[in-house]
Amino acid sequence: MRDRLIFAGQLLFTLVVAAFLIVPAVLSMVAGVTENYFRGVRSGLTLQWVMQVWELYADTIARSFAVALITLGVTLIVGIPAAYALHLRGGRLSRAIEEIITLPLAVPGLAIALALLLTYGGFSDFRRSSLFIVAGHVVFTLPFMVRSVMAVFALVDVRTLDESASSLGASPWRRFRDVIVPNAIPGILAGSLMVVTLSLGEFNLTWMLHTPLTKTLPVGLADSYASMRLEVASAYTLVFFIMIIPLLVAMQVFADRASHQGARR
Amino acid sequence: MNAFHGVSVRVEACAKIFADGTRALEPVTLDVARGETLVFLGPSGCGKTTMLRIIAGLETPDFGGRVLFNDADVTGIPIEQRNVGMVFQSYALFPNMNVAENIGYSLKIRGVGKAERAARVAELVALTGIEGLERRRIDQLSGGQRQRVALARAVAARPSVLLLDEPLTALDAALRERLRWELDRLLRTLGITTIYVTHDQAEAMALGDRVVVMRKGAIAQVGSPRDIYFAPTNRFVAEFVGAANLVEAHAVDGMLSLPGGRMMLADTKASGDVVAMIRPESIGLVAPGAASLSGQVERVSFVGDRQRLTVSGATLRPLIIDAPNTLDVKIGERVGLMVDPHAVRVLPGEHA
Repeated sequence: MRDRLIFAGQLLFTLVVAAFLIVPAVLSMVAGVTENYFRGVRSGLTLQWVMQVWELYADTIARSFAVALITLGVTLIVGIPAAYALHLRGGRLSRAIEEIITLPLAVPGLAIALALLLTYGGFSDFRRSSLFIVAGHVVFTLPFMVRSVMAVFALVDVRTLDESASSLGASPWRRFRDVIVPNAIPGILAGSLMVVTLSLGEFNLTWMLHTPLTKTLPVGLADSYASMRLEVASAYTLVFFIMIIPLLVAMQVFADRASHQGARR
Repeated sequence: MNAFHGVSVRVEACAKIFADGTRALEPVTLDVARGETLVFLGPSGCGKTTMLRIIAGLETPDFGGRVLFNDADVTGIPIEQRNVGMVFQSYALFPNMNVAENIGYSLKIRGVGKAERAARVAELVALTGIEGLERRRIDQLSGGQRQRVALARAVAARPSVLLLDEPLTALDAALRERLRWELDRLLRTLGITTIYVTHDQAEAMALGDRVVVMRKGAIAQVGSPRDIYFAPTNRFVAEFVGAANLVEAHAVDGMLSLPGGRMMLADTKASGDVVAMIRPESIGLVAPGAASLSGQVERVSFVGDRQRLTVSGATLRPLIIDAPNTLDVKIGERVGLMVDPHAVRVLPGEHA
């Protein structure tokens, strides 16, 4: 009886996931390769919409990846030392700083974008470049990097490792390079995965910050929904999936392997 | 291995109050001779670890305190430039490096070439008896092996002073005893100035040339293991180092009057209220009539190599006595107690 209930529950859950997550995604992707959406798949399959998307929006795809990678680079360079410093210092000040860094999670993206525009909108070269979007993405994704690295630091007692490396003669920079970073790899990978995913999919902040010449993938998607045939927009979704899924899978595998190593410790 | 290396260490008026207001250390001044093994012994929170961390350079003493290596002031020098070796309680081995890489790390930092590094690592691996483990990851080692790796790593670069923070505490009792002997042999071989922190008095006795007993951030007594055992200068040291009977009584001309009789002191002029310390093993059991002091056996606890008796009626508080394990005593039996006057230590400055 109990087993039946569990089975029924699991089945229901699976069906709900399928109905609201998988089916719509698949339908949307199929629409992207359908000759005429209103007549259905019977009207025939075509790649013309995909080609059209590629012609119109290839630059947004490239830009999105560039923005995501630069964002990742900045969060790595800023986030890991920040996590190291916050963890080692400890105390009330560190906690306050951690809270401030985390604030963008609670504040709506639109509000952050508006604040950035008010403050830096006047620097027109900066405002017009993709770096403006990178700035927004860094503000939004940094807490994820800092938090996941700090979680690992707490786990491996990085403070004592740091002290023991210093007793062996290692300068702060050598300690950071030889001991701190290698032992934080699982957290760094998990953080990177989050940062890249969030940056690629980020819409509301980006929508405020973009210019017609600095559209990213999700902004382009909104644009195509608003101004193109439904088939084109759907083809765009298809392209989005094809681009992002292999990347996510690769990073997941990478992170799994690293955290397995971490667990064995 | 090279004979004596290392420096003399002087700690001058080092005190420490932490940012939260905790007073960890009263001003302490202390000298450690070159090649000496000095043990800081005390209960947790007595300031011994803070002392060690100040010498290491992981903490700075409060204003006015100084640390000197070979008479040179190192107070402002960060730990990485002090050339110390340190073994942490948790060992703090680097999980991202194997055993050989851990041991060779300080040499790599100092720019020692690969071949020379390998030779030194091999030498240390042999010295600490961990041959065959060089390529192992840290998580593949037992507690005892980790302890040896930590020690080998700490001495690899021939530090001027070796600092050990409760290096055996994380191990189980049997292993601890064995590693204690090993450690002692190793420290003698290296001849390096060693500062050792522990809360285990047996460890302190076995390893220390001198022992510093600490209490509430201050030094309670400094002396050889024999000094602090046989001639404690205060009640705290007497009770913390080994088992002790503290007898509070009135003395007249070197004679203590007790509920169960009399006891002689070595100092025949001692008079007034005194606190006398007697170690459990220095009280002999004889027939009730054969001694000037007697009492009644209240409890017998056989522990194998000896038996520990509790005898009441002789003094105000029951006496603890270690008797040979072959002696046949029964609860309730009346026994005479023989105490050599020289084994009775009157604690100076303590009043009953």
